[in-house]
Amino acid sequence: MKRVLITLFFFVLLIIIWAGLTGDLAAIGLDISLWSPYVLPPPSTVGHYLWDNTVNGKIPLSMLITLRRLLIGYIIGLVLGVPLGMLAARFRCINDTLGMLALGLQALPSVCWVPLACIWFGQTEAALLFVVIMGTLWSVLLSTQNGMKNVPPIYARAARTMGSSPLHTLIFVTLPASAPFVVSGMKQGWAFAWRSLMAAEIYVSVVSGFGIGQYLHYGRELQRMYQVIGIMFIIIAVGLLADKILFSPIESWLHRRWGTDKE
Amino acid sequence: MTQEKLHQEIHNFPTAKLSIEHVCKDFVTSRGTVRALDNVSLTINEGEFVCFVGPSGCGKSTLLNIIAGLEKPDSGMALIDGTPITGPGRDRMVMFQEHALFPWLDVIGNVMFGLKQKPNLTDKERLEVAKYYLYLVKMDRFAHANIHELSGGMRQRVALARSLAPNPKILLMDEPFSALDAMTRERLYGDIQDVWEKRRKTIVFVTHNVREAVCLGSRVVLFSPHPGRVREEFPVYLARPRNINNHDLADLSQSITSALKGYTASESD
Ligand SMILES: Nc1ncnc2c1ncn2[C@@H]1O[C@H](COP(=O)(O)OP(=O)(O)OP(=O)(O)O)[C@@H](O)[C@H]1O
Ligand SMILES: [Mg+2]
Repeated sequence: MKRVLITLFFFVLLIIIWAGLTGDLAAIGLDISLWSPYVLPPPSTVGHYLWDNTVNGKIPLSMLITLRRLLIGYIIGLVLGVPLGMLAARFRCINDTLGMLALGLQALPSVCWVPLACIWFGQTEAALLFVVIMGTLWSVLLSTQNGMKNVPPIYARAARTMGSSPLHTLIFVTLPASAPFVVSGMKQGWAFAWRSLMAAEIYVSVVSGFGIGQYLHYGRELQRMYQVIGIMFIIIAVGLLADKILFSPIESWLHRRWGTDKE
Repeated sequence: MTQEKLHQEIHNFPTAKLSIEHVCKDFVTSRGTVRALDNVSLTINEGEFVCFVGPSGCGKSTLLNIIAGLEKPDSGMALIDGTPITGPGRDRMVMFQEHALFPWLDVIGNVMFGLKQKPNLTDKERLEVAKYYLYLVKMDRFAHANIHELSGGMRQRVALARSLAPNPKILLMDEPFSALDAMTRERLYGDIQDVWEKRRKTIVFVTHNVREAVCLGSRVVLFSPHPGRVREEFPVYLARPRNINNHDLADLSQSITSALKGYTASESD
């Protein structure tokens, strides 16, 4: 409880400083506007922007569009990445080929795929999905492979002596045994997917739907810094919420089961 | 009906006879070839409790793994009731030196793992059987505990229940208690003798500890290294349940130990 209060206090303090420096606190005699509102708008303007556009449904709609892209791309990345990672862990020739490719491509920030994606797919949903998948796939593949390789061989031996077939061992022993690695890979994949999608949406305008990233882009075009900052807040919030809602419960369950609790 | 089937499942004690015939096994490493087993022959009768003793590197684990079907001999063969062993099977369960329990399953989930591979049982019956074996090793109160919450001795008891639950004919144990303290080990000696009295399985038990071997086994087989060979066999006629601090037991251990020392000394000369 005390820790929550400290965190809360810290963020309130940040906002007060921001408000103080941008003229929001003029009413109580604190008026040190260091920057023009075109450069750094006050929190009240950003708040207004977020509120108005939430009420009129623009932000919720674009969130829906963005999250749909994110989920579809992410899931495709997982569905490809986990089995390919398993294959790479199991067969040396796949490790030497696909594994090396993954290692190389993982080093490439996924925004670098944007120019190619635009040429290959045009300004379409497919281009955005492609970038998200490229962002997710390789890191998920590599962490699955790494997880499977780190499974102590004694588990598979024990399973075999209990009459478990090779396929059964793979699904019911090696995969759960590597779960801590795979889940942290999934989490990393999610973070990469989110970053990739934002990059792609900022660069690529797609007629089929106006996503969050595109609002950010047009905020800049139209010199509306309050819009840019408001959207940045939303992007941060989505990232944080996904972490707390999607991954934290799974991770804490794993920690409890494995006894790897840090606290 | 189910009750009867359960009773059958639990109170039917299959055992088997093991024959090891002229088994040789080499390991090729970058530093050369190691002869882990050199023409080893051995017969283990139904319901016998045999302990393998010998210095490190004399091939005890290798032979156990061959019986388990995890390794293949280079020549010779291992037979179970006259049938050659070609791979792992549900008629032989292994208990390893480290517990090898699965941390993603709870205690009962671990015991259920082997049972789930066994056909002709409903899930409800499997659960009953698993509970029975947890009770047998005195771990029934911890059925839903996570593995990391158990002490080393408790883990080995769960591992024992997991190996017993599918009702194998043969139980193979590779230094299962070596990581435990003396007190816990003594308690487990009692438990394992108790289980053997009740279940009458064929048990092959590998250990470094001569006293442990004499305390548990109906026969102690001595191995010598470089190359791995069966050197001598000692039947143990002491009454059960045996206490490891018993006088006669200590005397017998003493004579086995000196035999062991005798040929490890000549070996290293
Ligand atoms: N996988 C392997 N690769 C290479 N050499 C091996 C392998 N397994 C065993 N050996 C060698 O075979 C010999 C017998 O090994 P084994 O593990 O059967 O000995 P052990 O009697 O069980 O020893 P310990 O009492 O120390 O467990 C040893 O010299 C060992 O170095
Ligand atoms: Mg060994």
